[in-house]
Amino acid sequence: MLIIRNLSKSYVAGTPVLKDISIEIAPRGVTAIIGPSGTGKSTLVRCINLLVEPTAGEIVFEGRDIAHLRGQPLREVRRKMGMVFQEYNLVERLTVMENLLTGRLGYTSAWDSFRRRFDPADIEHAFRLLDHVGLASFANTRADRLSGGQRQRVGIARALMQKPALLLADEPTSSLDPKTSVEIMQLMCGLAEENQIPVMINMHDVELAKRFANRILGMSGGRIVYDGPPEGLDENMLKTIYGGEGWLA
Amino acid sequence: MSAVHPATLREWHRFTPAERLARYAVYFFLVAAVVISAESIEIIPEFLYDAPEQFADMFHRMWPVAWGFYPEGVHEVLIETLDIAALSTVFGLLMGIPVGFLAARNAVPVPFLNYLARFILVSTRSVSTLLWALFFVAVFGPGALAGTCAIAFHSIGFIGKLFSEAVEDANKGPIEALTAAGASPMSLILYGYWPQVKPTFWAIALFRWDINVRESAVLGFVGAGGIGMALDTAINLFQWDRVATILVTVFVVVIIAEVVVTQIRKRII
Repeated sequence: MLIIRNLSKSYVAGTPVLKDISIEIAPRGVTAIIGPSGTGKSTLVRCINLLVEPTAGEIVFEGRDIAHLRGQPLREVRRKMGMVFQEYNLVERLTVMENLLTGRLGYTSAWDSFRRRFDPADIEHAFRLLDHVGLASFANTRADRLSGGQRQRVGIARALMQKPALLLADEPTSSLDPKTSVEIMQLMCGLAEENQIPVMINMHDVELAKRFANRILGMSGGRIVYDGPPEGLDENMLKTIYGGEGWLA
Repeated sequence: MSAVHPATLREWHRFTPAERLARYAVYFFLVAAVVISAESIEIIPEFLYDAPEQFADMFHRMWPVAWGFYPEGVHEVLIETLDIAALSTVFGLLMGIPVGFLAARNAVPVPFLNYLARFILVSTRSVSTLLWALFFVAVFGPGALAGTCAIAFHSIGFIGKLFSEAVEDANKGPIEALTAAGASPMSLILYGYWPQVKPTFWAIALFRWDINVRESAVLGFVGAGGIGMALDTAINLFQWDRVATILVTVFVVVIIAEVVVTQIRKRII
């Protein structure tokens, strides 16, 4: 499904953020990436859909190295990967429905989108997703009038509008309260399961990661130091990932 | 808590001695600049002394205002002035907004186009409306068309500059999300940037219209149509009461424009 080989990324030459990362993502299941701040979790997730251009290495998606794609071929790959963001990244002044339809921009010509001529099937798909995320009556509400949890539901629905083959999430619950966080994780992982697509989530909350993921990647200093099931994540392992031990109650 | 031991007092200065010296140097140069400027424009004191007298004389000649002149000589050119202002704002927006997008480095990440757009913005703005008007009067002959083109071209730089700054200040988050969804650069502008800068667009449009009303009032002095032409004629014929009529009219129109713009802005932003 997705194979990352020897991936490195340096924003500044000589100081790599990601160091020689190799992982393989199965076609199903939830993979959570945990690790201290500044260790490259976000960069890793953004390298997969090339929001960040890797410095070296391969990203093999559906059997093809995409690490150096540009222009139209790159856009065609990106539209197969949905992404959910920490700050939701909705277009605040557009309605919920318009935000969902932006998930189809990769498939809609600029001219058609300018005239708001979206495929009726896309609109139907959007309504169905709104039913799923519990925002059926909010189609014409502007995004800036929603609460954090509601916004993230829209974010998830927008990502699924792409009918993606892979779902990426960058700290999807870090701006939400604990209860909403769990609801959002349930919704996202449930919908991914329903659509039979794998999810890669980068997150702070270790307990939440253990609860929802069937595979944990622990990162430290730009490398993967743990790769295994949540059960294997004992105190020693957490010390290796986060360093120190005073914080472990 | 007054028992602070002298030895524990630490010194703190906002500026280093070098910085302080630099600040005094700046003050010195500011004062020097004012003094030198005042000398070079050679203000003649005698002209200053009798200024109040001249003022009084002028007002005396303007009074009573020739209100009767309004319907026969002012109304028509006033409407022309407002037409020039409205049309030039529309044309200025049509030309300025695309150039503004091209100048924004985040929306159009092509350095060559950014520089080209910036060149257009700086050059249209640095030529004043009156110079543009002289140019277009030479091209199209005297009249409202020349005035409209002059203000429209001068507006490009103003509109484009403010607009490109708004685009560059747009929140990156939604742009990143749409990029991740595979949106093309054009779709990014339509669905990522445009909704974010739309309030600024309207603010700029109204503000520029407000300015253009005032600009079009003076353009007549170089033959580019509008109320300025009537003003020019009245001044040349020393018909000060008619001059007063025109000035009062312009003043009232500018105030009405100001009120209208403020009210509209309040409602849409």
